[in-house]
Amino acid sequence: MSTGRLDLDFKLVRGGFDLSISEALTLDGVTVLFGPNGSGKSMTLRTIAGLENGASGIVRFDDRDWLRSKTGTFVPPHLRPVAHVFQDARLFSHLDVAGNLAFAQRRAKGNGPAVSRDDVIEIFDIAHLLQRMPHGLSGGERQRVAMARALLTRPRLVLMDEPLSALDVQRRAQALSFIEQIPEQFKVPVIYVTHQIDEVVRLAKQLVLIAGGRIEASGSSAELMSRLDLPPFTGRFEAGSIIEAKVKRQNTEFALTELEIAKGLQIEVPYLDFPDGETVRLRIRARDVSVALSKPKGTSLRNIMPARVEEVREEADTAFAEVRLSVAEQSLRARISRASAQELKLKPGKTVYAMVKATALDRRLLTRR
Amino acid sequence: MTAEVFNAVWLTAQLAVISISLLLVLATPIAWWLAFTRSRMKVPVEALTTLPLVLPPTVLGFYLLILLGPAGWLGSWWVSLTGQTLTFSFAGLVVASMIHSLPFVVQPMRQAFQDMGTGPLEDAATLGASPLDRFFSVGLPQARRGIVTATVLGFAHVLGEFGVVLMVGGNIPGRTKVVSIAIYESVETLDYATAHMLSAGLLLLSFAVLVGVFAANRSIPLKVGQ
Repeated sequence: MSTGRLDLDFKLVRGGFDLSISEALTLDGVTVLFGPNGSGKSMTLRTIAGLENGASGIVRFDDRDWLRSKTGTFVPPHLRPVAHVFQDARLFSHLDVAGNLAFAQRRAKGNGPAVSRDDVIEIFDIAHLLQRMPHGLSGGERQRVAMARALLTRPRLVLMDEPLSALDVQRRAQALSFIEQIPEQFKVPVIYVTHQIDEVVRLAKQLVLIAGGRIEASGSSAELMSRLDLPPFTGRFEAGSIIEAKVKRQNTEFALTELEIAKGLQIEVPYLDFPDGETVRLRIRARDVSVALSKPKGTSLRNIMPARVEEVREEADTAFAEVRLSVAEQSLRARISRASAQELKLKPGKTVYAMVKATALDRRLLTRR
Repeated sequence: MTAEVFNAVWLTAQLAVISISLLLVLATPIAWWLAFTRSRMKVPVEALTTLPLVLPPTVLGFYLLILLGPAGWLGSWWVSLTGQTLTFSFAGLVVASMIHSLPFVVQPMRQAFQDMGTGPLEDAATLGASPLDRFFSVGLPQARRGIVTATVLGFAHVLGEFGVVLMVGGNIPGRTKVVSIAIYESVETLDYATAHMLSAGLLLLSFAVLVGVFAANRSIPLKVGQ
């Protein structure tokens, strides 16, 4: 069961920063804790792990108190069935990879599902690293070893604190595919901290938005994804919207994949290695969407979808206007110039065509549902 | 080598080994505490453990003489326990050497623990290691270079001390007469041959130990504990 119930109601003041978290979380699969830098994400994670002894209040997991200040209950970190993968992939520098794994296995503190050494070695593809020392490993290798080691403690809950921040784009994509499968493979829920939107899109089944030491919202990621574009999260990344679609067909000749948004409404994206019929979530950046009044002909644009204007918001004193469109009942945002918005006389209710360049929809913005 | 010279060498070796062994046991927890505590007592304790470094050995020796003497609280306790005085005895020399060499052992270890930081310890905690387990299976192996340095510095310091030993132990052959005092005495009595032999011996030994330590520190031991 990759689920769990986590009740948080605690305060923690450190270095002038005041963290106050009150939330009952039903964990299922990967829960992403998302927020800007310095919003208290890592401190929240550390409090759950028991590494912040200044926290007061309640931390409760599946009916067991890990912290209850009123009764003086504090379960120390080494007795909590929690695995923690740190940002800098801390491995013991005095032990080789096999030694690092043995360290965790020998002390396996959790009562979670049994995890065999051979399994983690295979799943995280580290068999060839066992005799190596940590300082000789690449960032991606270190993280894989750290994850393997964390899971050997048989945790009931896995915490990950921006584990990919030290990796380049390509390694990150690779590491994400390892992380994605943890809940299913090891039957354990994961809380994942990040401020990267593509990691949210890719991983989150559930989303907790945190800012200024407070939880702003929590819920299923599909519900909350649109809130990512609202303050205080705005500006951390480019505005956009999430569209759900099904893989319809592979066009191998041109290395394109056809996705169906609704019956009879297809778009094409660069080749995706997903089976037909799979539901994917697609993040379309507002600036990659343009608008036309009639269906254009003789254009290189491949994705032209009929749409209805829902809302037009001109940004005073700037060149830009935000247009919220409805495409087959899904919301799509377009960022166009204010001049165009006026010239096209865009108003709520008007029927238009929304256009997206196929090449704008890269792999990073996609995830399986 | 006369029996007396041999006695001095043998006594010095015993003193160094016993003092440093006991001192490592005593100083490691102090260094650990100093490296990680947030207590307000940290600064006074820090100053206290560094004091032997800056005090003239004669001052330290004088106070130790008072403290360890039959009227001092440590000395009187020892008398009631063993029936012998601590001053002018080998046991007294061990106590004095330990206190005199304390900063040389505490400082490198404390530095090593600080360099390691809390990261590996937190890591170990989340992997299920209790505080004591963290100390032995992560702290000590991670700080092994500092511990080796501390041992060597302490050892060399015990071999070379003079003032404190003379104040507390006097110059009793076979009981408190160590090499450094034997050298002083040889020079005083114009027995330069013995002074040469003992001095050269100390010089070569110190050099050999340092070379050994630096060589060992260069090649990082691969597996230490687990």
